[in-house]
Amino acid sequence: MEIKILGTGCSNCRNLEKATREAVAELNIEATVVKEEDITKIMGYGIMRTPALVVDEKVLLYGRVPSVKEIKELLTKP
Amino acid sequence: MDNRKPLINIGNVRKYAPVLLLPLWVILYYNLSWFSNELVLNILGMPAGKHFTEAMRFFIFEVPKVLLLLTLIIFIVGIIRTYFSPERTRKALEGKSLFTGNVMAASLGIVTPFCSCSAIPLFLGFIESGIPLGVTFSFLIAAPMINEVAIVLLFGLFGWKTALIYVVTGLIIAISAGWVIGKLHLEKWVEDWVYTVKTGQHPEDEKLSLHDRVNRGFEAVKEIVGKVWIYILIGIGVGAGVHGYVPEDFLAAFMGKSAWYSVPLSVLIGIPLYSNAAGIIPIVSALIEKGAALGTALAFMMSVIGLSLPEMIILRKVLKLPLIFTFIGVVGTGIILVGFLFNFIF
Repeated sequence: MEIKILGTGCSNCRNLEKATREAVAELNIEATVVKEEDITKIMGYGIMRTPALVVDEKVLLYGRVPSVKEIKELLTKP
Repeated sequence: MDNRKPLINIGNVRKYAPVLLLPLWVILYYNLSWFSNELVLNILGMPAGKHFTEAMRFFIFEVPKVLLLLTLIIFIVGIIRTYFSPERTRKALEGKSLFTGNVMAASLGIVTPFCSCSAIPLFLGFIESGIPLGVTFSFLIAAPMINEVAIVLLFGLFGWKTALIYVVTGLIIAISAGWVIGKLHLEKWVEDWVYTVKTGQHPEDEKLSLHDRVNRGFEAVKEIVGKVWIYILIGIGVGAGVHGYVPEDFLAAFMGKSAWYSVPLSVLIGIPLYSNAAGIIPIVSALIEKGAALGTALAFMMSVIGLSLPEMIILRKVLKLPLIFTFIGVVGTGIILVGFLFNFIF
């Protein structure tokens, strides 16, 4: 699983990255978490609000920082 | 507020929490005055009429009052905001003519969820879908300036009239400044790469149940109140000091109506100063009490909240310097005019 955090480096983006890493660790799944800070690439995902959570190139969530529990649910949803 | 936390965290209770918490809120809110008097005069046994007692009484009354108001309003606004999104706002603005577009952009700027960290993607998204620069600016001026935190603080510390004046004049500034920038045709001062950005297909809108929306309300409270409470504490703390110690009419000479230069001066001082509404409004409320004119105070407040250095630095990524200065100039002039107008009327 390839997880991307989209954001240009604001505090919410860091919070989302932290929460996502926690969720991945708790689920104990095989996943890479990378941060995408290039704004032209971020725009390619069609969002106007950061941060965003992208899993395997699909935008699952944007514009807010969810709880670790919610991220775990999103990551395990088929 | 800490005593609410366990309630919120229990899964099922959360659904009914608003219904359970509202009566508690009402009881707390309407007994604050009694409570703060009781605490300061009887429990702490401080002598009435002394400077320090007055400052304490002000602080112990205003802090919980503002925090209670803020919690309730942010919760409600948090729910309302789930019905709006920048994506929908963009769709509504597409193809609108200059003036109509400015009016709509400024009004939608109040209700659309916005954070200055998202200013760049929002700007790019608007421009890419063909929304005129001037209309985009109306949104970018209104969104940070007229926000729920500012409205709550103005309502709590000044009353509903001032809150309404702030909203209406803020809207007028956002509409006319955006319109002027549109008329000046400044597209050449937007960074060239902006026009080459291609945005992808927007992901499908989330489907939210009422329960989800209520949860978003709680999340908004946690996020916003969690962020601004410290500014409110400091702001009201400074305000309380001014309230208790600074003599009446102390500021009348340099911030009063008779000093005409005070309006442009306070706007100039306000631009580089950066604070959010939560920190600046309590201080301004104390300034007015000590003789500052309403128009001057309003102008100062608007320039601190609406024009901020960090936001300009963010916008510099997409705008060339001349456009940044034009933006500051046009909005600053609007704020100065509003300041003069209110000093003249009241």
